[in-house]
Amino acid sequence: MEQKDRIEEISERHGRPPVMAPGHTFATITDKISSIVLTRPVSLGWLMGVGFVALWTFILLFAVSYLFYQGVGIWGVNVPVGWGFAITNFVWWVGIGHAGTLISAILLLLRQSWRNSINRFAEAMTLFAVACAGLFPILHLGRPWLAYWLFPYPNTMNVWPQFRSPLVWDVFAVSTYFTISLLFWFQGLIPDLATLRDRAVNRYARTIYGFMAMGWRGSARHWKRYHTAYLLLAGLATPLVLSVHTVVSFDFTIAIVPGWHSTIFPPYFVAGAIYSGFAMVLILAIPIRYFYGLEDFVTMRHLENSGMIMLATGLIVAYGYIMEPFMAWFGGNKYDMYQFWDRAHGPYWWVFLALISMNVVIPQVLWIGKLRRSPFWLFVISLDVLIGMWIERVVIVVVSLHRDFLTSSWGMYYPTKWDWFTFLGTIGFFFLCMLLFLRVLPMISIFELRELLPEAEVKVEP
Amino acid sequence: MGADKKASHPVCPGKHNLKELEEKLASEDGPRYWRSLEELAGDPAFQEQVQREFPRGASEWLEGFSRRGFLQLMGASLALAGLTSCTKQPLEPIVPYVRQPEEIVPGRPLFFATAMEMGGHARPLLVESHMGRPTKVEGNPDHPASLGGSDIFSQASVLELYDPDRSPAVAYSGEIRSYPAFLGAMQAPMSALRQAQGAGLRFLTRTVVSPTLADQLKTVLQVFPQAKWHQYEPVNRDNARAGAVMAFGEPVETQYRLAEADVILSLDADFLYPTFPGAVRHARDWASRRRPESSRPIGRLYVAETTYTATGGKADHRLPLRQMELEQFARAVAKGVGVNGAGGAASGMAGTWLSALVKDLQQHKGSCVVIAGEYQPPVIHALAHAMNAALGNVGRTVFYTDPVAANWVDENQSVTELVDDMKGGKVQLLVILGGNPVYDTPAELGFGLIMKGKVPLRIHHGLYQDETAQFCQWHINAAHYLEAWGDTRAYDGTTSIIQPLIAPLYNGKTDTEVMAIFTGQGETKAYDIVRAYWQRQLQKPAMPAPAARGKGKAAAAPPPAVDFEGFWRPAVHDGFIAGTTLQPKQPQLKNVDFGAGPQGSQPPLEINFRPDPSVFDGRFSNNAWLQELPKPVNKLTWDNGLLVGVETAHQMGLKTNDVVELKVGNRTLEAAVWVQTGQPSNVVTGFLGYGRRFAGRTGTGFGFDMYRIRTTKEPWSTAVEMRRTGDQYLLASTQGQQSMDTQLGTRDLVISATAGQYAQDPKAILRHHYTPEKDETLYYNYEYTSYAWGMSIDLSACVGCNACVIACQSENNIAVVGKEQVNKGRHMHWIRVDTYYQGDRDNPKAYFQPVPCMHCENAPCEYVCPVGATVHSSEGLNDMVYNRCVGTRYCSNNCPYKVRRFNFMLWQDWNTPQLKMMRNPEVTVRSRGVMEKCSYCVQRITQARIDSEREDRKVREADLMTACQQACPADAIAFGDINNPENRVSKLKGTARNYGLLSDLNTRPRTTYLAAINNPNPELPPPAEKN
Repeated sequence: MEQKDRIEEISERHGRPPVMAPGHTFATITDKISSIVLTRPVSLGWLMGVGFVALWTFILLFAVSYLFYQGVGIWGVNVPVGWGFAITNFVWWVGIGHAGTLISAILLLLRQSWRNSINRFAEAMTLFAVACAGLFPILHLGRPWLAYWLFPYPNTMNVWPQFRSPLVWDVFAVSTYFTISLLFWFQGLIPDLATLRDRAVNRYARTIYGFMAMGWRGSARHWKRYHTAYLLLAGLATPLVLSVHTVVSFDFTIAIVPGWHSTIFPPYFVAGAIYSGFAMVLILAIPIRYFYGLEDFVTMRHLENSGMIMLATGLIVAYGYIMEPFMAWFGGNKYDMYQFWDRAHGPYWWVFLALISMNVVIPQVLWIGKLRRSPFWLFVISLDVLIGMWIERVVIVVVSLHRDFLTSSWGMYYPTKWDWFTFLGTIGFFFLCMLLFLRVLPMISIFELRELLPEAEVKVEP
Repeated sequence: MGADKKASHPVCPGKHNLKELEEKLASEDGPRYWRSLEELAGDPAFQEQVQREFPRGASEWLEGFSRRGFLQLMGASLALAGLTSCTKQPLEPIVPYVRQPEEIVPGRPLFFATAMEMGGHARPLLVESHMGRPTKVEGNPDHPASLGGSDIFSQASVLELYDPDRSPAVAYSGEIRSYPAFLGAMQAPMSALRQAQGAGLRFLTRTVVSPTLADQLKTVLQVFPQAKWHQYEPVNRDNARAGAVMAFGEPVETQYRLAEADVILSLDADFLYPTFPGAVRHARDWASRRRPESSRPIGRLYVAETTYTATGGKADHRLPLRQMELEQFARAVAKGVGVNGAGGAASGMAGTWLSALVKDLQQHKGSCVVIAGEYQPPVIHALAHAMNAALGNVGRTVFYTDPVAANWVDENQSVTELVDDMKGGKVQLLVILGGNPVYDTPAELGFGLIMKGKVPLRIHHGLYQDETAQFCQWHINAAHYLEAWGDTRAYDGTTSIIQPLIAPLYNGKTDTEVMAIFTGQGETKAYDIVRAYWQRQLQKPAMPAPAARGKGKAAAAPPPAVDFEGFWRPAVHDGFIAGTTLQPKQPQLKNVDFGAGPQGSQPPLEINFRPDPSVFDGRFSNNAWLQELPKPVNKLTWDNGLLVGVETAHQMGLKTNDVVELKVGNRTLEAAVWVQTGQPSNVVTGFLGYGRRFAGRTGTGFGFDMYRIRTTKEPWSTAVEMRRTGDQYLLASTQGQQSMDTQLGTRDLVISATAGQYAQDPKAILRHHYTPEKDETLYYNYEYTSYAWGMSIDLSACVGCNACVIACQSENNIAVVGKEQVNKGRHMHWIRVDTYYQGDRDNPKAYFQPVPCMHCENAPCEYVCPVGATVHSSEGLNDMVYNRCVGTRYCSNNCPYKVRRFNFMLWQDWNTPQLKMMRNPEVTVRSRGVMEKCSYCVQRITQARIDSEREDRKVREADLMTACQQACPADAIAFGDINNPENRVSKLKGTARNYGLLSDLNTRPRTTYLAAINNPNPELPPPAEKN
């Protein structure tokens, strides 16, 4: 606890806003957060929001149904561009999913107390994002009903997946990540579920929360074991933050396609993932704190910290952008050199221009403290970064493929409306999940927030 | 049972009176197909349903169905075969190309020799038959016009046979009739004609080469002295004929021996492409002189041409010229080599050429050849004859023979006379045998409307209910050559008996059977007609007779005839009648007056009309294989883009896909522009055969109908006005960029060198081509202990004719995808012919590079597949396991050659019964969502391996050919076991010009290329050099 105090001291000395607004007690925290789930009436705004994103979810279902009926030919993919929006979206969503685990596990291990206010919904975001991501590798298959062949299950034919293929590694990486994230999230929920159980007046709610709380009574023994397990899971999840996107980047680096075959991809993908993940955290946090009046718990401190992480990871990504063409030039590989020439001068030059401006140039305004502390500007920049990171994946997937080795095979990729419906549909699905989550589970960890209060500090009497 | 029959709609077929059915069957003649027992029993309700549902054939269905939708629609297609598997052999004895006397071993194909006629000569073939279904066409290796090679048209004719849009029945005004009904209806007009001695009776045929049909026509003209016979094909050989008449006073056929030619000058002759007579043989002969490994010196090819052709791409020196310039140039060359009265002068590039060319020709007297293009005016042909004579080539590289056509006439004149007669009301009954004159005669003749307005009775005989059928009362559905008996002659005159492999699918009639009505033979079968003709011939003393079944040496002198069967069986078996090759003759060259040459100034813009490289004159419009085949040089599919040179396009502000209005005289036509490098300035080229109105579901509506602005006077080149309309039209090409150059340097995809460079230091030509050492890999190298299959493709020999592409499509059941999907880059060809240009924008050299799967030993596709659907075989094949493929497309992304093709949707037609019959039963029909690619014809390898194991020996080189290799007319593809150093492929891979495409990626391709060797004239400025 000593360390935490020191950080707080330094922060206060620099005039930075506190992690939690003053004046809160255990009771006010619990009341405030549990009331959103238990007592707050369903508002018209929420209903309209759900209606809108549900519409997009239905569009997604429609697009997927038509996809299963007709085949992936309804998309713009072709030869040479065999992967289009689907893999772009997969990488993008997996990247977004990174922030949750980073916040909950790594920042926990690093004792960054400010994480306590945002880890819950960041983890939920991770789950929903990974769920969206997981759709795409299945949807993009020519024969999606056979997707289970990528799993090593015992079968009478004695046929196994091909373990040299990064797509099989992906299956393990993403499914492990999803499982650990789900467990971590659920374990974090247990004390709060018990709180809800205790406070619920509705019988059904009490039963359901009670069932999910798994008999939590809050005894000292419970807490001791709980903390041990939580730390262990955090320890397990920490390498995953680095490994998942590393493995996803292997999908590209293992191939020989110019623009893919590069050793810088793993770190640069991980940085990019955190970059877009924090952008999504801000996209969610800023409206949530506004609409649910949670400015006390999600303070400017959180927003500013997220902004600073974006700035840092954005610079790593920018470094990657510089190193890629440098290595192509330095390595003297004519195919690689042409690839990077083509990005800037080829038919997709405008996509590349958008990438550089949105991912590298615009986010530099975060150096300005005033903007960094303005929820409005942070929201705008986060939106910019999210789009920029999506474009980055388009550049990697589509632009690399469209001109490879044989000039005779060069081609173009034009997304169809079904590409857009599927992509926007998953965004709708993601926000539908988020909106439902806000109403049925405590979006901020009650017990961890309570730990931030001075009263929670364990004072050892001399 | 009688009571049962009164129930008007039997519920189950079992209730039919079997005896009745048997009687019905017995009463109909010939093999017949039925859809259900209701139909067979003549159930009136069913008949009514048929009438109502399919009133007029396929053309009615056009609206409201997408072109892909037609595939599904076909399931309910009219007529044919409810019972697909019950194919029937013809009733008459046909003679299999025997491997074993038992003839049919279930599951093993049989081969039958036959021939396909097109454009006034035949293509000799060997057709593979699976259980009575012809599935694959090959060239007849014993026939001198093929030597085993074949071409796109014959390869694709299998699809034509099974085309569900073929005319299924005899029709009167669009309503289905029986053939006996037609015969009955002909009684009255026939007796009237007999009284009038045939006045008013006219026959319009294509160029007739069939001896039997020609004999029938002659008989008819004797019976009806007032009747007339006209011949017309839009792509006719009037100019060649007129040129021969001009030079020799008689129509002689010109034959070339290109294997003997050191120097070839082509005056706009696309003699390596199968629209040219004998091109398959020419390609073989020409390619035999392009290999530095051969002991004979490398030949040299000069091409002066008005449109970029495949032959132009193979030229060592290519000269793009306008029509008038070409004539001047030809005259100047003729003058240079000592032809009197040729006149002419050449300027510019042609002037630079002239002295060097003339010198080269004169240095090779007797071993050079001048070939005039079929579409060049007679004077060019006459000049070529005179030049060949002056250079002493006649009897060495050039031979003259009697014409192949039975009665070689000026066809443009012939059809013009017919139209004049029709206008004058002199035609009472017009019989159109084959051909589609309503569509393919120049619009200025107004053939269709005049015929409809002035000819009381019109009969059309053809494969399709096409434009002409719409204008005729009677339509007789023709039998396809694969279901018909007949005879025909190859370009060198060698006569073939056409034997059917399958009974007519739709009871179609041959042209000889229709003619039999007029010769008084009544309803005689083609088999009997053809046999009767040859029996008569055999009785004549002059007839060369059987015995000498010399393989390929058809010209050997025959001993006297013995019995007819002894003549017939070998003739049918071998695919040609021994000793019928036309003998060379020595026509006397007249003192030709070549005239003064072109006068006046050139028109500001002129248009060339050329047969389309894929659909020819339009007869193959409904053939989806040919429609989707990327045309040589420009790689366009499904349309006939108007070729406009770069310079001209620049001046007129035109880009590819812009629509222009063409105006010839007072006729206009809109067409879409394709900007073509190497096209001469101020010349546009329009290809015939598109803009069909009643082609069928596949071919109707694509492209632009050049016949609308074509004239009979100037059928091949004429002045034109052109203006932009501002509209756009999408042209679908399969190739992204046609250059090996990128903005950051050239990629050495096609490696070329001159013969001089290669002779000096063979190794030097690959000095910039890097191939890593064998140990540069993290994985263990595979060991290939049994066979190691490999392929070698000679870029010197490849003439870009696409025969391999269609052969592969036919052999491997490759689907077509349609224009929209081609435009998206989803075409499915397992082998493609990449075209690269090199050098000058206005006159680049073209290189053709066939690209099948490379079967890499370090295959980038193999290790990325998550389910192991593409695996390495012990023989080095890169096998595709369709069943296992889930369709991630990762392999395609990682394939540097992009030879993997993906079924993005269900491309294959699973419903149409006809197409089920067509497919090769040895090859899986791929479903939606799986990757596919060249397998080196693994089914053929497996068959050869099984055969060899049964005989306890290794597979020999002769046991096995891939489909592309077998079809290649230039013999550019070699394939075999590279573990055996004695095999041809191993030897070729050992030569200094052997290289692997992109081998710097360490893929170790099993398919390798032999660098292209050019032989430019050192005295001419070199075509822009690489590096």
